[in-house]
Amino acid sequence: MINKTTNQKAWFFVIPVIILVAFNALIPLMTVVNYSVQDTFGNNLFFWEGVKWFEDVLNSPRFHDSFLRQMAFTGTILLIEIPLGIAVALAMPRKGPWVSVCLILMALPLLIPWNVVGAMWNIFALPDIGLLGYSLNALGIDYNFTQGPIAAWITTVLMDVWHWTSLVVLLAYAGLVSIPDAYYQAAKIDGASNWAVFWRIQLPKMKRVLTIAILLRFMDSFNIYTEPFVLTGGGPGNTTTFLSIDLVKIALGQFDLGHAGAMSLIYFFIVLLVSWVFYTLMMRNET
Amino acid sequence: MIKYKSLLPIIYIIFLMLPIYWLINMSFKTTNEILGVFSLWPLEFTLENYRTIFTDPTWYNGYFNSIIYVVMNTVISVTVALPAAYAFSRYNFLGDKHLFFWLLTNRMAPAAVFALPFFQLYSSVGLFDTHIAVALAHCLFNIPLAVWILEGFMSGVPKELDETAFLDGYSFSRFFGKIFIPTIASGIGVTMFFTFMYSWVELLLAKTLTSVAAKPIAATMTRTASASGYELGLLAAAGALTIIPGALVIYFVRNHIAKGFALGRV
Amino acid sequence: MARINLQQLKHSYGSTSGGEPDYALKEINAVWEDGGSYALLGPSGCGKTTLLNIVSGLLVPSEGKVIFDDVDVTNMPTSERNIAQVFQFPVVYDTMTVFDNLAFPLRNRGFAESEVIPRVNEIAKMLELEDSLKKRAARLTADGKQKISLGRGLVRKDVSAIMFDEPLTVIDPHLKWKLRSKLKELHQRLGITMIYVTHDQTEALTFAEQVVVMHDGLVVQTGTPVELFEYPKHTFVGNFIGSPGMNILPAENINGEIGFEGCLIKTSSKADLQTLQGKLEIGIRPEFISFVDECSDSNNSSAIPVEIIRVNDLGKFKIVEVKHEQHLIKLISPEQYSIPSLSPRIIFDPDKTRLYADSWVVD
Repeated sequence: MINKTTNQKAWFFVIPVIILVAFNALIPLMTVVNYSVQDTFGNNLFFWEGVKWFEDVLNSPRFHDSFLRQMAFTGTILLIEIPLGIAVALAMPRKGPWVSVCLILMALPLLIPWNVVGAMWNIFALPDIGLLGYSLNALGIDYNFTQGPIAAWITTVLMDVWHWTSLVVLLAYAGLVSIPDAYYQAAKIDGASNWAVFWRIQLPKMKRVLTIAILLRFMDSFNIYTEPFVLTGGGPGNTTTFLSIDLVKIALGQFDLGHAGAMSLIYFFIVLLVSWVFYTLMMRNET
Repeated sequence: MIKYKSLLPIIYIIFLMLPIYWLINMSFKTTNEILGVFSLWPLEFTLENYRTIFTDPTWYNGYFNSIIYVVMNTVISVTVALPAAYAFSRYNFLGDKHLFFWLLTNRMAPAAVFALPFFQLYSSVGLFDTHIAVALAHCLFNIPLAVWILEGFMSGVPKELDETAFLDGYSFSRFFGKIFIPTIASGIGVTMFFTFMYSWVELLLAKTLTSVAAKPIAATMTRTASASGYELGLLAAAGALTIIPGALVIYFVRNHIAKGFALGRV
Repeated sequence: MARINLQQLKHSYGSTSGGEPDYALKEINAVWEDGGSYALLGPSGCGKTTLLNIVSGLLVPSEGKVIFDDVDVTNMPTSERNIAQVFQFPVVYDTMTVFDNLAFPLRNRGFAESEVIPRVNEIAKMLELEDSLKKRAARLTADGKQKISLGRGLVRKDVSAIMFDEPLTVIDPHLKWKLRSKLKELHQRLGITMIYVTHDQTEALTFAEQVVVMHDGLVVQTGTPVELFEYPKHTFVGNFIGSPGMNILPAENINGEIGFEGCLIKTSSKADLQTLQGKLEIGIRPEFISFVDECSDSNNSSAIPVEIIRVNDLGKFKIVEVKHEQHLIKLISPEQYSIPSLSPRIIFDPDKTRLYADSWVVD
């Protein structure tokens, strides 16, 4: 526990950060808010509409559908990626030559531009020409992600797990190796079981990094766009049309900036609210 | 003797490598072969895709441009994040908790929302199509991330370390550089990798803010969508090559990540 | 409770560049009696933490044996050795209350709650932690947390020895004394073997009945604080203990007599000096050097003429630095004594002057 001292001069330490972030955040935000309360028929003519767009969006079944789809997707990947990431981090060696090899290989999926991720999984999963698609069909499973909603979902989830679990692994691993040896030694002396070591030492000490990992994955998956769009285009039909994909369709496809602006703000508030609740719960014990 | 525990990372890594192997496989094939047949290795091995990338300036410049602004961004982000994270970790000050959370909120909006406003903003200050523009724009989400991760690691370091150093006569900057930074090496390694990564793969803003001079590789790759569909072989080769800079970054910070802060070894 | 016997213990963490094993512990043979309090004293890197971890089972030695009460425990894991250890930095289970922390070792070993509760309360009382039992362990100050670490060791009735690895490092100076007294009190009350590693001679000398001085992977001397002070068996001990430490001066063998820069010195050694080999040195503590009183003792033939370099007046006494033929000597002079200014000479107390050959004392 850090006993923090009160020191208003600490503001100087944070000023560079505030300047750089606010420059990028506040001005564009004004624009979005602007759009969300006006209407346009093109030609840069805007008409004030107040909260009409917000009401429209919140009442539209299309929004409800996208929202539910998004929640299902985010929920699924969190349930898979977080435990899997922690498990892999725990199983990784702490010392020796294999550590570097593991870290580098695990980091590779994270480094591929997201459009390439979508494209390569697209080919990878196609039934006649991709390794995954071909193998599954060869085993007798009728798999075609461009036509079957369940196959599309599974492929999208699999792609996300493949792409992002390593983020959880890297964060969890860094947190894990920061635990001083003395804790493990004391646990040995106290006769603690492996489970107790995990539950009472490792997990609590990883709390901060895990919070970061969970919130990052939540935020990023809630806003996910490129990878599923390139993989499935939102289909078949709209079975994999998540929030961002829907948003872009409305904004650019229909050039409906009013709806789009309102939707953006609503999503933003949802993410904000959930993150705030989660963050507060995790940090409540730190003074 | 292989322990059972190692089975999980091994299986996981195999799972990760399969699509990458497929990507590399594709990069040595022609687009026709990719779309036409299923083959575990190229039936008609070709270096044409790679040749295009290495000889066409629009392609390899894309790599240089990306590397430039990503490195700029990583340096800026980590540099300003370190003192800020220290302040959040060690001090209470007016509005600190709200400020910290506000930083996080900047990662919560989809990038699409900022595309048009950023275009207007950076054009108006005359920074359109420059590396620094993209580097600065990426600060929006990378600085909060850097502050957030660094603060987490810094809070794991007992304040007694700082106090002992000050008692021993260290000035603040000497303490920070010689003592504090080495103890959070793990966190710095992770932070550098993640800021690099998020900036490297960010496509939308990078594309929006550049046209020719600073065009990133990710934007060049979308060019491969031609009338007849994707030039998949070329895309695969370009994709395979984008892995390399990031792999180098993690190679260089691997020791920082694997090293732990070992209490009692001072 | 256990009698700890170390036989030919050697430990190497790795090899030197020459391919030879690099021994952190060169060869340790020791017997530590049941119920004793021992301090392992030595500078950083002398191997004391290595030795501690070998005894507690956190490290398996490259060679040699560790025996508890006739049982060879060398390869036995820590949890079976009934050892407790308090580390340099407080180790507590953050998520649990103080009570649960203390109860942890007992619950892990399957004791019934009806036994656990009274035992924990008893130990908490001994350590003055009863008021904090319901608090979360993470909220305590550093000394409170160290008490919890200690408590986790004491709570097990079958604990044979408690090892302390520089436990007062992070404690506030004004609380160090309190905690040290508490440790001593507990030792006297419970009679558990306690092994305390430190580089601070004050801690070692005040806590332990027997001090084990280590240097460069070897045990140089084991003895009571008084023994170490009066009769250091190795020049290192002489130098390390005492503030200021012993003066070590080069000596020569002049036809069976010991000389220092031409002056004949009488030492406490009873050995036959004719056959003496090796590098000779004499050691004399500042406390046992005095100025010659020219009025009463001007014919003292062992007196050494010196030049006064500096006087540090510390109130109760003065530390005087003098020089004879390029050799600096420190002596302690009582408060009321005035230092002679004209051709001062000093004299060593012969009963306290030790003779060393190759750094080891010659009896």
